[in-house]
Amino acid sequence: MRLTIDGRNVEAAEGMSILAAARTAGIKIPTLCYLEGVSDIGSCRLCVVEVEGMAQLVPACNTKIREDMVVQTRSERVVEARRTVLRLLLSNHRVDCFSCEKSGDCQLQQYCMEYEIEMTPYIGSRKEIEPAKKDAHPFLSYDPSKCIRCHRCVETCAHVTGRKAIHLGKTGMFTVIDAPFGEDWKNTLCESCGNCAQACPTGALTEKRRKNYRSWEVKRVRTTCPHCATGCQMDLIVKDNHIVDVEGADGPSNHGLLCVKGRSASFDFVDSAERIRHPLIKNQETGEFEQATWEEALDLVASRFTEIKNTYGGEALAGFACSRSTNEDVYMLQKMVRTAFNSNNTDNCARV
Amino acid sequence: MTNTIYDITHESDAIMLVGSNPEHAHPVIGMQVRQAVARGAKLIVVDPRDIDLAKQADVHLKLKPGTNVAFANGMMHIFIEEGLINQQFIEERTENFEAMKEMVKDYTPEKVAEICGIDADKLREAARIYATADKAPIMYCLGVTEHHTGTEGVMSMSNMAMMVGKLGRPGCGVNPIRGQNNVQGACDMGAAPNQFPGYQNLDKPGVMEKFEQAWGTKLNHQIGTKATDCFPKMISGEVKGLLIFGEDPVRTDPNTQHVIKALKSLDFFVADELFMTETAKLADVILPGRSYAEKEGTFSNTERRVQRVRKAVEIEGETRPDTWIFTEIMNRMGYPQPHLTPAEIMDEIASVTPSFGGISHERLDSEEVGGRGLQWPCPSKEHPGTPIMHAGKFARGLGYFRPAAYTPSMELPDEEYPLILMTGRILYHYNACAMTDKTEGINEIAGGSFIELNTQDAQKLGICNGDTVTVASRRGKITSEARVSEKTNPGQCWMPFHYIEGGANWLTNDALDSISSTPEYKVCAVKVTV
Repeated sequence: MRLTIDGRNVEAAEGMSILAAARTAGIKIPTLCYLEGVSDIGSCRLCVVEVEGMAQLVPACNTKIREDMVVQTRSERVVEARRTVLRLLLSNHRVDCFSCEKSGDCQLQQYCMEYEIEMTPYIGSRKEIEPAKKDAHPFLSYDPSKCIRCHRCVETCAHVTGRKAIHLGKTGMFTVIDAPFGEDWKNTLCESCGNCAQACPTGALTEKRRKNYRSWEVKRVRTTCPHCATGCQMDLIVKDNHIVDVEGADGPSNHGLLCVKGRSASFDFVDSAERIRHPLIKNQETGEFEQATWEEALDLVASRFTEIKNTYGGEALAGFACSRSTNEDVYMLQKMVRTAFNSNNTDNCARV
Repeated sequence: MTNTIYDITHESDAIMLVGSNPEHAHPVIGMQVRQAVARGAKLIVVDPRDIDLAKQADVHLKLKPGTNVAFANGMMHIFIEEGLINQQFIEERTENFEAMKEMVKDYTPEKVAEICGIDADKLREAARIYATADKAPIMYCLGVTEHHTGTEGVMSMSNMAMMVGKLGRPGCGVNPIRGQNNVQGACDMGAAPNQFPGYQNLDKPGVMEKFEQAWGTKLNHQIGTKATDCFPKMISGEVKGLLIFGEDPVRTDPNTQHVIKALKSLDFFVADELFMTETAKLADVILPGRSYAEKEGTFSNTERRVQRVRKAVEIEGETRPDTWIFTEIMNRMGYPQPHLTPAEIMDEIASVTPSFGGISHERLDSEEVGGRGLQWPCPSKEHPGTPIMHAGKFARGLGYFRPAAYTPSMELPDEEYPLILMTGRILYHYNACAMTDKTEGINEIAGGSFIELNTQDAQKLGICNGDTVTVASRRGKITSEARVSEKTNPGQCWMPFHYIEGGANWLTNDALDSISSTPEYKVCAVKVTV
């Protein structure tokens, strides 16, 4: 289908939304509640555009393209409408950007900057209901005063993780997000995967780890999760040589998703106080381990293994690899067993 | 896996899940199975427990543990009886069908229903859903493999798929959902007593010579001993020296007492470890290696997809890269091995492993691959990798039907030990917990051992939900917390194996599969008392 967006000729497939067609042409339209492939409820109205021949502005995320459509995504009318949307959202959003953990990584903050909104003239009616923050959960927290009710967490939990642990509720006339992180968190369906927090555009639903860093202080290292064999791709978030958080990346097997182990239990162990940091040799008299140098430890290992090999043959030696370590590690381990031990007694923990 | 996670969860009309609880053991795959059900794919769950996905299943066969082969034979009996087989696929792509047909002849739905403790009509329904779906994968996990007949259980999965022609196409296949992050890679890399990297058999003509030439040394031609078979040899004195890299068999192998006795029998025992694990405590020397976040390298996931691991941090202390440690030992034992970077090691792997021939760190980091990894076989630099195996032709030529007869588990319940104990994983911990229990919040969510008991059994034994109970087998005794429900059938109970206090492996049976030497973790006999 051919259409015109901001004066440019665009060709896009039938059935596409204006938003998708614009994106294929490299034209950016701001969105808050939209989640690609998951949700196009159009509730935030930030993605509104002007379509020739239509009296009202329409949301780009859920309006399908038509042949010869003429779309304006940045006309004065559109920009003014978006500014009103942002002012209305801000009226119910507690603005504490100085202390908010999402500062610098908050889409509401970003769009307010882009559309030059510094404050709102409106007084939000939601402030009357003032629901309490829910943060009894070990990893996750929900602060309704920063929530813009985009439903991205609800949609993610229901349709992406398929768990349906976050619900929509009502307090009087207001829709509220019933996040399962209150005192009774243990009795909810929540699996603590945190994909909801990754979907949240503001500082409302967050991983508690976010408090430990600001987005501009960290570097990201793309890697593969060390737990099960799904092979989820993720970014280790590193601040001053310490891993402070993890974020799901769009890998072929995980599509941005992580589970509780990948997101919350894949890095505390790395620099844990319990790590062994020096070679240790057991004192045969006392049975206690004593710190040794690498020279001492490696010489002892090589000499004892050589002695056994020379006396009883390579078959008396064995070396087991670790199914949690890298291919390169495992390859070198079996090469060591085969060449230096002169043995084929090598295996891994695939059976156990 | 023959297929990819994406195609079996996004392109399938039905999914048959056998002995697999992906919501706990592979949660991100579990999420995608839920998505599949939500978009309308049918679901067959074959599992002795009411796993959460069973609630969404079209059919749940809550079979007796250890009866997978009978179940599969029953399915195939129905395929043949009801004309659901794919005659063309069988004729063109397989061999030995007649023997298979003969084997399953006697496995009538009624007979199988009795062996498995299920309903014959439900078995028929499962057979019809799977066979008549255009695209349907079998996904299986340790519920199939961890039996003394585990290998026959696996072959039974492929027998079923071949009989209905569900191999070599998207949304189909026989898909083991493998356990650890790099268990696929550890097998691919030749950490096996009978195979060099890339499953090149030691005794295949020319293979030994090829590696002797590549590595420039004379090698031992004697096929080695599998890890699980090494433990008895440590006690008998045939194996005297051992290096364990990162494994904790005291926690993860069956029959803990026997494992400890074996390790204590060694003349010299070295552990390359991150933590003072129960196994490391028994070592003579501990060499401090590095974790995945402190090194460059690759993992191969369950889809045979080789993906990058990248160094993020350095920690204080004298830890060393594990490849450095192995290289040092090689040199000190007289084998001249230059120190290589992980990228150079992968180049060497590619040079001796045909299925990895086109894989390098450079290529994995390239725009061409775009962070999607490469799935082996990937024989050359131009090859895009192989998402779906056995398309058009099986790796061995014709697909071979391997008939297997049902045989009961090695240790069945009796008067003294009246309950069947199964073991498995939970969502919050990984294996021996060495990594996951360093996160406080995880311990807050799932801090200790428990045993799932059936309501009727608990009533008979006078046990209430939350009671501390003693669980004993012929090999050991532990205490745990009772969780009473209908999740398991009467006469059956289940425990996670993660914890050392109340760890299931003090109880489990070290009976091994006759072909793979995999222990029968999924069935042993226990008694439970208050």
